[in-house]
Amino acid sequence: MVTIYDGKPGLSRRELLKRGGIGALLVISGSAVISPEHAWGLETSALKPETMATLIQMARDIYPHDQVPDKNYAIAVKGHDEQAGKDAAYKTMIEDGIADLDKKSGDGGYRGLGWEDQRVAVLKQVEATPFFQAIRGGLVVSLYNQKEVWPIFGYEGESFSKGGYIARGFNDIEWL
Amino acid sequence: MAAAFDLNNDGVVVIIGSGAGGGTLGNELAQKGVDVVILEAGARHEYEDFVNDEWDSFTQLAWKDKRTTSGDWRVAKDFPNLPAWIVKSVGGSTTHWAGASLRFQEHEFKTLSTYGKLEGANLLDWPITLSELEPYYAKAEAKMGVTGTNDWPRLPGNNNFKVLKAGADKLGYKECHTGNMAINSVERDDRMSCQQTGFCFQGCKWGAKWSTLYTEIPKGEATGHLEVRPNAMVVKINHDDSGKVTGVVYAEKDGKLQEQKARIVAVAGNSIESPRLLLNSASGKFPDGLANSSGQVGKNYMRHTTGSVYAIFDKPVHMYRGTTMAGIIRDEARHDPSRGFVGGYEFETLSLGLPFMAAFLDPGAWGRSFTTALDHYDHMAGLWIVGEDMPRAENRITLHADLKDEHGMPIADVHFDDHPNDTAMRNHAYKQASALYAAVGATRTFPTPPYPSTHNLGTNRMSEKAADGVVNKHGQTHDIKNLFVSDGSQFTTGAAENPTLTIVSLAIRQADYIATQMSAKTI
Ligand SMILES: Cc1cc2nc3c(=O)[nH]c(=O)nc-3n(C[C@H](O)[C@H](O)[C@H](O)COP(=O)(O)OP(=O)(O)OC[C@H]3O[C@@H](n4cnc5c(N)ncnc54)[C@H](O)[C@@H]3O)c2cc1C
Ligand code: SF4
Repeated sequence: MVTIYDGKPGLSRRELLKRGGIGALLVISGSAVISPEHAWGLETSALKPETMATLIQMARDIYPHDQVPDKNYAIAVKGHDEQAGKDAAYKTMIEDGIADLDKKSGDGGYRGLGWEDQRVAVLKQVEATPFFQAIRGGLVVSLYNQKEVWPIFGYEGESFSKGGYIARGFNDIEWL
Repeated sequence: MAAAFDLNNDGVVVIIGSGAGGGTLGNELAQKGVDVVILEAGARHEYEDFVNDEWDSFTQLAWKDKRTTSGDWRVAKDFPNLPAWIVKSVGGSTTHWAGASLRFQEHEFKTLSTYGKLEGANLLDWPITLSELEPYYAKAEAKMGVTGTNDWPRLPGNNNFKVLKAGADKLGYKECHTGNMAINSVERDDRMSCQQTGFCFQGCKWGAKWSTLYTEIPKGEATGHLEVRPNAMVVKINHDDSGKVTGVVYAEKDGKLQEQKARIVAVAGNSIESPRLLLNSASGKFPDGLANSSGQVGKNYMRHTTGSVYAIFDKPVHMYRGTTMAGIIRDEARHDPSRGFVGGYEFETLSLGLPFMAAFLDPGAWGRSFTTALDHYDHMAGLWIVGEDMPRAENRITLHADLKDEHGMPIADVHFDDHPNDTAMRNHAYKQASALYAAVGATRTFPTPPYPSTHNLGTNRMSEKAADGVVNKHGQTHDIKNLFVSDGSQFTTGAAENPTLTIVSLAIRQADYIATQMSAKTI
């Protein structure tokens, strides 16, 4: 089971720094990936937490939206942990896929590459693999189907309960 | 009150499918006192049950049973098991549809005579003309409440339309308006008017948009002559030694098979399922499938030449507010070979919500080029191209050699290759639409590839001669007198216009014919 919890980590900033971070953003603690800055964490049960942290970075590199917080990328990829718990072959595909990314990225691994362009260059090499396709194919639904991200893009979602847009700006364009 | 007919009642007309064709035919016959059983593979969801959420609605309504694809169309690569975006639910695809309701143009019934022979195209004239169909078009428009007809006002234009109109004016297009829509612009037929909710593709929760689900079907049921049986997937049509059809075998929800006897069977499962069913009903007497002496069943699959163009502006648009298909430009619908292709196309505004935009804007794409487009979602406007595509014998529905569905019925394979005429038309439309948006100040435009097919046509086509097609001008199969086809698979060619008004008009006309033939005891 994957749990995403808010305001939990309970680790001091010093302790977090001691454990070493993912870039400076995400921290691995026990079986969890933690965002000390934004006070949320994600606990994994089937995949290694390091794997999950890399998946989160990979998700952002596939569909980069600088205004979308890591938390939504974490929610978008957590299904892979659940799937890995049910399906050993799937788990192997994900773990091997991430290990391969790290190998192709040199000493510091995938997350150690500082620029998005460097990481994208690695992803380009694996673009055709079932591993990449599984991550990207799932993500296009699991990221953009989160109602919490819609306002960031200016999409207003459900409108029936508000009486549609007949009195809420269906024809309010002014600049034409 | 809705009727309930016995399985052994061999006096009923059995209709397979409750969408635009089947739902209309069922009501029209019931109004004339003919007993009808509609068998519908999907469940019954009333309009209160619809959801304003793209993926949830897709899960609720869409036909998701596995299909396979082949051919050079991009859908085969991007959505190999989803060649078509259509519905499995009472009301069929009229729950999902946008409501654009256009008559065909005169020459579109005579494509072979007008365009001449085209290499790689299986063109044929329809056995009916526009003037023969006109009275039925008028009945269909009245039934469906089509705006811009019968003194019903057109809908007000939303933001997406206003951008389209501004571009159309700049380019000098003359015929641009908010369309002929089967959406109430005023309260009528005990249904309210459009509230500009913007979820037309997810089923109209107000009931403002025409759907057989809450118009034809309850009206037919009220006569006491119509029974709609949901969760009833027909797998085979039976016939006797003389070659007349006698009933159909269907699977209930739990998979249990039943046989419903029938005096007449009308197939209206949309253009993938209808030929699949005829092919799957092959027998010793009809080894190539029912009504297939011409070999045309499943062939000439058409899906319209489509594509979309989305554009980003430096100021907000909010295209998703209000009717999904909020306006049209008709200037390019003419036949004018000087453009480098035969036939024509329409521009119609279109909007997708963020979840579907992500899935369909450029399927498979990733990285910043893709995501910066979505970053400006609320600054986007968009339109859809719908044009006449060429019928091709190789574009066809076949039964899969190995794969079967849960009832043991071979699944459908959908093969489609673009004809060079389709490609030339699409490229022309991409260019025009990009120019249109650039004229209003677009900073970036996206020529978006076709979605899985929403318009599926031609796989049991109408023909004068039995050798050229599957059904005659009444949708009656050339081979079997009491077997009819009542959906868009009858189309001889596809025309530039959205198909549903023509499907409904043909169904009204067919009901007259069936009732007359029944009284005359010829069937
Ligand atoms: C998103 C979207 C937007 C659209 N917008 C427009 C538009 O603006 N204008 C327009 O003209 N058209 C539009 N269309 C197309 C329109 O919906 C179809 O052309 C029309 O509904 C087709 O009618 P039909 O009777 O052939 O099939 P459908 O309406 O699809 O009905 C077929 C029914 O048969 C059932 N069925 C199939 N096989 C079996 C079986 N073996 N046993 C029992 N039941 C079976 C299906 O479950 C389905 O309910 C749109 C379609 C979509 C999906
Ligand atoms: S925009 Fe109008 S027709 Fe479309 S769903 Fe909303 S109320 Fe119905």
